[in-house]
This record gives sequence, C-alpha cells and structure tokens, in this order.
Amino acid sequence: MNKLTLLLKHEFVQAIKKPAYIITTLFIPVAMLFSVGVIKLVEILNDANAKEALVIGYVDQAGFASQPMEEGLTRFVPYNSPQQAKAALVTDEISEYLIIPEDFLETGIVARFTLEKELFTPLATTQAIKSFLDLNLIQDRIPPETITRIISPFQIEVTRLDKDGEISDNQANLGNILITGVYAFLLTMTFQTASGALISGLGEEKESRLIEVLYSSVSVRQLMVGKILALGVAGLLQVVIWLVSAVLYLRFDAASAGILSQVQISGSFVALAVVYYLLGYLLFAAMSVTLGGITSSASEAHNFSMIYNLTCYVPIWLISVYINFPNSPAWVALSIFPITAPIQTLIRLGVGDVPAWQLGASLGAMALSVVGAIWFAEKVFRIFMLMTGKRLGLKGVIQGLREA
Amino acid sequence: MNTVEIKNLVKTYGDTVAVDDLSFALKQGEILGLIGPNGAGKSSTIKILLDFMRPDSGEVRILGQKMGEALKDRIGYLPEERGLYKRLTVIELILYLASLKGMGRNEAEERADRLLQRTGMYEYRDKKNKEMSKGMGQLIQFIVTVVHDPDLIILDEPFSGLDPVRTAAVQAIISDLRDRGKSVILCTHQMDKVEEICNRVLMMHQGRTLLYGDVLETRKQFRRNTVRVAAGGEIGDLPGVLERRPQNGAVELVLAPGSSPQAILDRLREDGIEIQHFEIVTPQLRDIFLELVGGEK
Repeated sequence: MNKLTLLLKHEFVQAIKKPAYIITTLFIPVAMLFSVGVIKLVEILNDANAKEALVIGYVDQAGFASQPMEEGLTRFVPYNSPQQAKAALVTDEISEYLIIPEDFLETGIVARFTLEKELFTPLATTQAIKSFLDLNLIQDRIPPETITRIISPFQIEVTRLDKDGEISDNQANLGNILITGVYAFLLTMTFQTASGALISGLGEEKESRLIEVLYSSVSVRQLMVGKILALGVAGLLQVVIWLVSAVLYLRFDAASAGILSQVQISGSFVALAVVYYLLGYLLFAAMSVTLGGITSSASEAHNFSMIYNLTCYVPIWLISVYINFPNSPAWVALSIFPITAPIQTLIRLGVGDVPAWQLGASLGAMALSVVGAIWFAEKVFRIFMLMTGKRLGLKGVIQGLREA
Repeated sequence: MNTVEIKNLVKTYGDTVAVDDLSFALKQGEILGLIGPNGAGKSSTIKILLDFMRPDSGEVRILGQKMGEALKDRIGYLPEERGLYKRLTVIELILYLASLKGMGRNEAEERADRLLQRTGMYEYRDKKNKEMSKGMGQLIQFIVTVVHDPDLIILDEPFSGLDPVRTAAVQAIISDLRDRGKSVILCTHQMDKVEEICNRVLMMHQGRTLLYGDVLETRKQFRRNTVRVAAGGEIGDLPGVLERRPQNGAVELVLAPGSSPQAILDRLREDGIEIQHFEIVTPQLRDIFLELVGGEK
C-alpha cells in the first residue's frame, strides 16, 4: 500500500469513527423516522375523530338557511331559538351550534357555540360550515352544475411546451424542487461537516505537533490530498445515507409520495449533481486547509470558516424569492460565484433550464477557483502548518508567502 | 561517508538571521549533541535538515544525498512538543506511523513489542493514548521515532519529563543505536546527557557556531590549570596558587601561570598532607556553555 493510500485509509476510518460524524449522519434518518411516526400518529387520531358524527345545530335569524344539509358524517339540524339549541348542546344531542344573525349578509359573521376549548375552529368544521352557507346562499338562484363550480372553483394543470410547440420532456414540478432542495441542503451540510472535520483534525495535529512527525514521513502534497480525499469520501457516504433515508421517508409519507411520482430526474442532472458536489467539496476543503494553516488555533479557524459556511446557505435562504422571481439576474450571479454556485445552480436545474453558457461559466469559475484554492492551500500548508500558537495577521501571511 | 553534512547554511526570517554560515558533519555511529540557548538556531537547523523549510543558501546532504522524499523512511524524528492521536491505541499509533515509514506490519509489530517491553510500556500496548500520562506519551513517541530502524535519528529533548528509570531506558536504547552504526542528533538543554552519550558537540548561539568538536577534547581544551584536592589535614599556603575555592569538602586551587599540577602534588607530599583525592579539573559542558554564551552577551 503506498503512503497516500495509507493516509487516505487512516483519515477515512478516523473520520467515520468520530462521534460528531456518527451523530450527524444518523440524525437525519432518525429525525425522518420520528416525523413519519408523528405523521402516522396524527393521521390515526384524525381518522378516529372523523369517524365520530358531527351534528351541528343552527338558528337561522337571517332567514335564508332553509335547507338542512347532511354530507358524510356532518349533519346540520335547525332550531327555532338559541335556547333550544343550547339545551340540545348541553344534553349532547348536538356537537355544537351556530347562530346566523339577521345582519349576516352585511357582516358575514356567524356565532359558534361549543363545549370544547379551542384556539381555532377545526378546519373540517370550517369547511362544512362554509359548504352549508354557500349552498343555502345560492340554491334556487343558480343551476346545480354552476353551484359545484362555485364551491370548488378550478385546478390549473400546466403543460410546458418546447420551442417547436411540442410537449417538453422537462416539465417543472413540485417534486423536482423538493428533491433538488433537499439535495442542495444536504450538500451544504456535508460541505460544512467535512470542512469542520478538516479544521479540527489539522488543528489537533498542528497544536500537538503531530504534523511534524507526519511531515517527516510523507510529502506535504500526500498529507493534504490524503486528508481532503478521505473526508470527501466520508462526506459522500454521508450524502448517500441521507438520500437513501430521504427516499425511504418519502415512500412512507403518502402526500410526498404523490409529489414524488411527478419527479423527473434526468441523467444529466445526476451527473451535474456529482460534479458540483466534487467541485464544491474541493473548494471548501481547500479553504479550510488554508484557514487551518494561517490561524493560531482550530477554534479561531472555525470562527473564520463561518464566512464561507454561511455564504453558501444564501441560495437556500432565498429559495422562496427565487420561486416567485425565477428570471432575476441575481440568480445568474449566484450561479457563477463559486461559494454559492453548487447550491444555486442545482436549485435552478431542479426548477427549470439553465442556459448552457451560464452552466459553462458556473463550472468554469468553480474549476478555476478550485485549482487556485488548492494551489494556495498547499503553499500555506507547507509554510504555516509548522507555526503553532502564532497569530500571523494579514501582514504575517503576506510576508510568509513572500519568503517561501 | 558522513550521515549528515552541512556546509555554509544560512537562513533568515526578515531581518533576523536564524542560522548564520553553519557547517558541521555527523559520521555513522556518532551522536552529536546540539546545544544552545533558546533562539540559537537549533530548531531552524533541524527543520532545514528535515526539509520542512528551505535555507537561503548552503548545502545539506543526508546519507550522501540531497534531502528528499526518498530519504524520509531512513530518518526518525522526535519533535520537542509531542502529541498523539488520542483515540488510537498505543500499538495502533505505532503501527500506523511505522507504515508511513514504509515498514511492513509484521516487522513493525515485532519491533514495537520489543521496544515496548524494553521501556516498560508493554502492559499499555492496547490502551488508548488518551489514557497515557505525559511521560508515557513521550516514550511512545520515542518508540515511534526509532521503530522503523532509521539510519539518522533526530531527537529534540528526548529526556524531558521522564523519570530516572525511563530516562536510563531511553539512554540505553540511544547508545545501542549508536553502537549499531546509527547516527543521532541529540538536541537538548540537559548537558550532562551530552557529556554521557555524545561523541561530538555543536554549540550554537544567535545562529552561529560557538563550539564544535569531540566532547572530551573540547572539555580538555577548556581546562583552566585548576586542581581539585581532598586532603586529610589542613592545606596551608602553597606557592603558585592564585585562588582557593572550597567545594564539597575539597578545595579547588587555581594555579598561577607557570605553575604545574605536578609541582602542587609534590609540595603537598613534602608537607606530609594525606591526599585523599587529586584531580586536574576538566570543566563541564555547562560551565563551558555559560562561559561562552556569557562572553558572547
């Protein structure tokens, strides 16, 4: 086994055995499992409640609700006076009652009386009351088929056409946004976990002078490449575990499964997702190595790393703005700026097309910045990793680089 | 062939000259004591030797070659400040670092076990490094430094923090390495150790060589025509003695120029004084160091 392989194996095993790695890797699947449990519990409880018949009394002082209504398990029962309705409620004949006042048509206010302590009227009850009032307001005035359209107006079904007027193979859908959004978020987390692990590992070796023992055995390049690759593989393993658990989660969640059935992930998207992961990871790793080299301690390096760690979250913070205004030039800029490029471009690819020149500019800018960052990191690694406990400052860094 | 050969080495940091025209050689089977006050340039010299940094000028040859990756497996280095991978066990750490020196697992394990036994650390073989005391950690690092049987061993303060028993064990291993033809550079402030185990000494101050040569010869060179005498009776006034210094039941007599130790011994016999101990004083390295560095300042 050559030295690089030995370093890679050692660093990988040490990385995946760290409690922080194990906890972050398992946290997302466990959180998803927990949310599946909560969703199922809520569904079970809702089903149990729904099976109970809801009998709503009403007193029509406005004089328009002549039509009692029975739909599913909900039944509306008329009463002549509030006293009669109240008596029926306290004797459990009805679940609750409404008073529709004389001026309802002007104010739209309905008084609701119940024995339950509720912050808000349950959604199912609100819908039942609305249907009851709608029906009574428009019946006998409008044809029955029109009534249905008023109560349940319309659904928009969007079809995307290509330039030739044919139905496009690449239709925008919520499932795609969901998947790319989740992937972008996981990617960000992986960059940050790996960057943090690199800074901590280098800090430990720098502060304990183990780095000198390693330097006396392997080259600077082998040491740096071994560390970066090992943590990259560990990060990739983490992403795979998270994605597999996300897919399993979506299979359990019926609502998401419906959305997921619309998902269209192309081969080119998968390829670009991998390329952006690699480029993004290498950029973050190189920046972390540089910080590890020029700062006096791991904690100081962690503080400085917040600058690029928070910057890469910008596309995720702005995702709702992007969905509403997808054609702003700001998204093009964020797709080309290397720190935000992986996340922003993947989000854009999930929602629609990204022009080829923009994709080329984004990948080119990233590739150039990765090459530059690795070159600089290697230089810094060689010059500054042996300096422990020294606060260099910008002047010290420039002087060190000049003297190298 | 010299194991190490350094010629006219210069290294500066800005306006500070860390190493100033340094030259020395280390032969096979020799231990060189590298001594000097803090900031003398010892660490910079070691870092240049190990190719951690490049000199401004000068030539460095190790085992007859320019320092490079190929030579790293033939060098063992123990830095002054030490750390261990805390989550690894003692044997895992030794085997991992030995593997980076190109050593096979079986051979490394066999040698590691032997060194662990010799230093009294075998019972901690499978314990995690985080459970080790400072002294134990130091022994483990020392084993890591020599486990791959290097030809050149560079030790920076190998005895600091060790108890006398472990100090003796480490000292014995270093002496064995020398006897087996290995070359050692011992960087230390413990000058008694340099006197005990080093063949040669290089004393540095402000980046320059203050002294370089055979340890015994150097000490002899610094003799100051002084004798130490322990006698059964009172030593009276002696001709040719400039100064008397009482010292632990004996007395040091500083002789005047032209006066010889033999003349003093003859005079004491003539006076019928019972002589229990008579020695021509050879200064210790510590004294030479203080004299030279004090003089420089």
